Amino acid sequence: MLRDLLSRKRARIVEKWFDVILETYPEDTSKFLKKGKDPFANPVRHTILQGVEGVYDALLKEGQSPEALNDFLDKVIRIRAVQDFSPSQALAFVFSLKGVIREVLGKEIRENHLHDQLLLLETRIDALALRAFDVYMGCREEIYELRVSEVKRMREQALRLLERTDRVFQKRKEDEDAPSRDS
Amino acid sequence: MSSEELDIKPEDLLKFDYDPPKQDWMDPSVAFRKGTYCYSCAPKHLEYLEMANPREWQPHDKDWKLPENWKEIVFEGMRDRLSKYRSFQLFMDICVRCGACADKCHFFIGSGDPKNMPVLRAELLRSVYRNDFTAVGKILGKLAGGRELTEDVIKEWFYYFYQCTECRRCSVFCPYGIDTAEITMMARELLNLLGLNITWALEPAANCQRTGNHLGIQPHTFKDSLEFFQDEIEDITGVKVNLPISKKGADVLFVTPSGDYFADPGTFTLMGYMMLFHEIGLDYTWSPYASEGGNFGLFNSHELMKQLNAKIYAEAKRLGVKWILGGECGHMWRVVNQYMDTMNGPADFLEEPVSPITGTKFENAKSTKMVHIAEFTADLMKHNKVKLDPSRNDSLRVTFHDSCNPSRAMGLLEEPRHVLKSVCNHFYEMPENTIREQTYCCAGGAGLGTDENMEMRMRGGFPRGNALRHVQEKHDVNRLACVCAIDRATLIPLADYWAPGVVVTGVHELVGNALVMKGEKERELDMRGDPLNEMEGDEDV
Ligand code: SF4
Ligand code: SF4
Repeated sequence: MLRDLLSRKRARIVEKWFDVILETYPEDTSKFLKKGKDPFANPVRHTILQGVEGVYDALLKEGQSPEALNDFLDKVIRIRAVQDFSPSQALAFVFSLKGVIREVLGKEIRENHLHDQLLLLETRIDALALRAFDVYMGCREEIYELRVSEVKRMREQALRLLERTDRVFQKRKEDEDAPSRDS
Repeated sequence: MSSEELDIKPEDLLKFDYDPPKQDWMDPSVAFRKGTYCYSCAPKHLEYLEMANPREWQPHDKDWKLPENWKEIVFEGMRDRLSKYRSFQLFMDICVRCGACADKCHFFIGSGDPKNMPVLRAELLRSVYRNDFTAVGKILGKLAGGRELTEDVIKEWFYYFYQCTECRRCSVFCPYGIDTAEITMMARELLNLLGLNITWALEPAANCQRTGNHLGIQPHTFKDSLEFFQDEIEDITGVKVNLPISKKGADVLFVTPSGDYFADPGTFTLMGYMMLFHEIGLDYTWSPYASEGGNFGLFNSHELMKQLNAKIYAEAKRLGVKWILGGECGHMWRVVNQYMDTMNGPADFLEEPVSPITGTKFENAKSTKMVHIAEFTADLMKHNKVKLDPSRNDSLRVTFHDSCNPSRAMGLLEEPRHVLKSVCNHFYEMPENTIREQTYCCAGGAGLGTDENMEMRMRGGFPRGNALRHVQEKHDVNRLACVCAIDRATLIPLADYWAPGVVVTGVHELVGNALVMKGEKERELDMRGDPLNEMEGDEDV
């Protein structure tokens, strides 16, 4: 069964997949991303690793909830969506899982005639890619939202400043007017 | 059909842009991709400040309209600064490229761009220095790590030196004490000689010069704003707090960043100050002429910083106060602690600050005569001089972001924590290597906090966001407190993107919530005007 193979070779496959992702960074950076294990000193490594492990496990599990899958994809994509990548560069990692699986399991797949199952798995990876695209767009939209809301916040603050001074002005006028009305 | 029968393998289809460009760091070419740089400053502000080369231009233009003799100007500027600032010369010479700083910059960590390693950032300038100012570089050029100064190098400087928040995290790790922030400051000065600057670093400085604050708010508007907050406080507490403005002979002049009376959530913190001062009966005064704690001169040039800083002291002298109390501001403290004394000091006409309430002498402020509000308030609390009800903050689960300047430039680490722990029952620290001296920057300081730069801010903000997310997941943290007006603006989108649901707050906002005032009515509302202790979540800050 392909599924058993995938579970047995999980560590190898995830490691290779992670390496392929690290290689999309300039050399000095991928060196850094490989070595530092502290999750707070090297958060990109830590978060992406969490993400790919989660995605891989979710992919193997039958009946995995779409939200959980999205959360793991989000870990990887939220970072790559703001880094210096084109959309295709940011998302190529999803497809590269296919290459990694063939490389690691190619022999066993051939020997055990598991091509049909591989095709099925690759179809799932394609679906994963579509999902990744949605997550990516979601992140990019958030960035634009953040921009817009920052500008709006500034404008609102300026308007509120005017309102405030106006309110104080009106109140002062009322106070001044009040005694003359009495007399 | 098995995939081997296909001519093309799927991974081949993806080969086209799979590898990162193999770029040599010496190659200066930069692609100005929207979202990753700040726009230029409008010529009118340059004219007002009498700065070089005012003109319309943008970084994404091909032609930057540099002055004809731009090369001479830069070399002359470098020569001048090398002789004037010993530290600059030292920093150019002594880096041994040990790499200790390389992975400490939030922009490198978050972006993965090697030129954001502090050592390489500095190298962008150093390579030109080596080429033209050292004997070995003049002979060996590129072999000695020298680079010729070209227009592309200037563009690269602009890109990367306006991609450094001057936060000084890297300097904490350098065994030689090299401060890359100082190198950035020099580079920005050189860029300014060519008229290359960014809006948010310069426009506030121009406004400040003209009206006394970054936003160009005039004295009557300043006064009206404060009166408005006086009313707000009365609505919330039933107490009408006193509001001394330009009061001659007051004990203390209070100066805070304009963000505090302009923008939420700073306004809530400002009300906190007003309530506290009223409650302890502090003899103090506000001033429309010193209505700005921030000093964006720091992000442009030494001269501008000096002028802006001098205004505060001139006002203190005019009003005849004894000393100055400063609000929750970040870089104001860097200016005061690192530069004020040599620039405009000593402020002999003021007295050594002593708290009129507790009698504590503020030794740190002995020569600058300016005390940080967190230190002042922590001292009040240590002496039990204020009555507090921390349970009013019980719906808040708070963590503290050390702002770069108060923590690294003045060592203000324990005081804000003491205040927070006194006014709220649920306080949680982020991981050790992301706070105190090692704090990660908000990635929007030093003029970089504009909306057009949002993508870059999110890259640089990731290390902070990641630590914040951690305490959010582990302790349900829902408030991020800080003592800096820039942070109070820039951390909002940072939290929205990396740890959605966490709300940004000033420390004295929480003081305002917890402060029990004489003669107050039963408190039902917090400083935001929301019902006290309502669970967060429906809040739209
Ligand atoms: S830590 Fe200091 S000496 Fe080492 S590379 Fe960085 S700046 Fe140079
Ligand atoms: S001062 Fe801060 S932003 Fe600048 S290089 Fe150092 S760590 Fe990076």
